[in-house]
Amino acid sequence: MSLKTETMVLNMGPQHPSTHGVLRLELKIDGELVLDVKPHLGYLHRCFEKHAEAMQYNQVVPYTDRLDYLAAMGNNWGYALAVEKLMGIQVPERVEYIRVIVAELQRIASHQVALGSNAADIGAFTPFLYLFRDREHILSIFEDTCGARMLYNYIWVGGLSHDIHPDFVKKVKEFVSYYKATIIELDNLLSYNKIFIERTANIGVLPLDTAINFGASGPALRGSGIPFDLRRDDPYSIYDRFDFEIPVGKGLQGQVGDCWDRYYVRVREMEQSLRIIEQAIDHIPEGDVQSAIPKRIKPPKGTVYTRIENPRGELGYFIISDGNTNPFRVKVRAPSFVNLEVLGELCKGHLVADVIAILGSIDIVLGEVDR
Amino acid sequence: MKNAEEIFNILKDNFGDAVIALDKDTPTEAVITVDPLKIHLVGEFLRTNEDMMFDSLMCLSGVDDANGKKVKDADGTDIIEGGTLSVYYHLHSVSLKHKITLKVSAPREDAKVESVENVWKCADWHEREAFDLVGIKFLNHPDLRRIMMPYDWEEGSHPLRKDYKNPEFYQGMKVPY
Repeated sequence: MSLKTETMVLNMGPQHPSTHGVLRLELKIDGELVLDVKPHLGYLHRCFEKHAEAMQYNQVVPYTDRLDYLAAMGNNWGYALAVEKLMGIQVPERVEYIRVIVAELQRIASHQVALGSNAADIGAFTPFLYLFRDREHILSIFEDTCGARMLYNYIWVGGLSHDIHPDFVKKVKEFVSYYKATIIELDNLLSYNKIFIERTANIGVLPLDTAINFGASGPALRGSGIPFDLRRDDPYSIYDRFDFEIPVGKGLQGQVGDCWDRYYVRVREMEQSLRIIEQAIDHIPEGDVQSAIPKRIKPPKGTVYTRIENPRGELGYFIISDGNTNPFRVKVRAPSFVNLEVLGELCKGHLVADVIAILGSIDIVLGEVDR
Repeated sequence: MKNAEEIFNILKDNFGDAVIALDKDTPTEAVITVDPLKIHLVGEFLRTNEDMMFDSLMCLSGVDDANGKKVKDADGTDIIEGGTLSVYYHLHSVSLKHKITLKVSAPREDAKVESVENVWKCADWHEREAFDLVGIKFLNHPDLRRIMMPYDWEEGSHPLRKDYKNPEFYQGMKVPY
C-alpha cells in the first residue's frame, strides 16, 4: 500500500524573522521536501530611482545609505565614484585612504551581521551576541567620525563630509589588534562547530557555471571556488597598492559552493580586511578632505557604469547624465537583488529548514533588493 | 582583450544591419546600438564566441529617453508622445577581462525587445524590473510579471516613465498623501 501525497504551497514571510526583512517566499513543498521556491519582492520598494531623478547629484547620497543599510559606506562610495568618473574628478590621497579604511571596517561590520544572523537563524544564538559585541567597536568609530551609527552620508562626491576624528587612527589600530585575536573565538564557537557544520555543509551547493550565469557576486560567487574580487579584478581607488588574498570556497567540510563555504569565505574575508586596514592606517597623508568637492555638480552628457566590491557583492551604479544638475536616470545593480535570484535553484530538493540556512548564507538585505 | 571598435567591427561583419551604430563620443564608455529584435542573437554570439566570451551581464537597465514630443493632457499636465524607450546592457568577460555596453531602442508606444534571459540567466529579474518600472515588453520572456510594484498595480502604468502620474486610488486607498 502506498500513501497518497499532495504538493502544498507554503508562504514564508513577509513577516518572518529569518527572511531578514520583508520578503515572501512561496514554497511548493511535498511533505518536508522543497520542490520550488518563488520569491516575491517589492514590500520595501520606495522608488529610490525615481527620487534620484528629482534631486541634485549631491542630494542623492543620503538616499544611497538606505539601499544596503548594513554597508552604507560602500553605497555612498559606489555612487560618489560613478559621479566622479563622469566628471573626471581626482580625489586627494587622504580621501582615498580614509575611504578604503572605512569601507573595509564596514565590510567587517557587515559580515559580522551576516554571520551572526545566519547562525542565529539556524539556532546558534550565542555567536550572534559575540559578533554584535565586536561590531559595536566599529560603529563607535563611525559615530566619532561622522555622527551616525548606521546611515552615514559620509562619502560625498569628490570628498568626505567630515575629516576623521583625532582619535581615529588610535582607535582603529586598537580594534585591529583586538579583533585579530578575537576572530579565533568565532572559529572555535561556530566555524568548526559540529552542529553548525551538519546544518550547512553539503546544503545549497552552487556550481560555478550556474553562479556566473546567474550573475552571482561577492561571497556567494567566491564560495563556489573562483577568486573573483573587483578590488583586484577591476581595481578602483587605491586597492592595487595593498597586499591581500581573496579567500575562496574549497569544500573543506563538504562540496565546493555549499552554505558552509559561503560562510567560511566571509570569515576569512574579515581577516583580509584587517590586513588592508593595517597597511593603510599608517599611511594616511595630510590634506584637506573637501578640497576636491565641486561647488556645482553638473556632469557632461553621457552614461557611466561603475561597480565596487560591496560586502554582498558587485554594487553597480548606472547613471545617465543629460548635462543638468539632476541625474537623468540612476539604476542600481544591487548585489542582493541578483544573488537572490539563484535561491530557487539552490533550494530545490532540500528540506524546509534548509531554506533558512541557504537564505542566510546568501545574505540579502531587502533595502537594496527592493530599492 | 578587445576594444569597443574591434568588437563593433566583428559584430558588424556577423550581423550586418542588425548592428546599428557605435557611439564613441561619450565621456566614459562606448555604446553599440543594436536592433531590439536581434539582441538575443547578438548576445548569444557575444557570450559564446571565443574572442568575446562575455559570460557576465553586469547590469541591464530600462530607460525612458523622453525624446518625444511634449503635449498637454486634458488636465493640463505634460505627457510625452512618440520617441523611444531604451535598454542598456553592460557586459563583462570574466576570462578575457573586457567590457562593452550595448543599447537597444524601441518606439515608446509599443516597445518590444527580445529577451536575453536565455543567454544570461540573471537578465530574468532585471527584465522584469524594466518591464515593471519603464514598460518595456520583453518578447519570449518566461515570466514577465511586475516585480517591484504590486501585481495588481494599474495596467500600463509604469513609474519610471518621465511623464508618470500617480493614480489617485489603489485598492480604495488614497495614493498621494
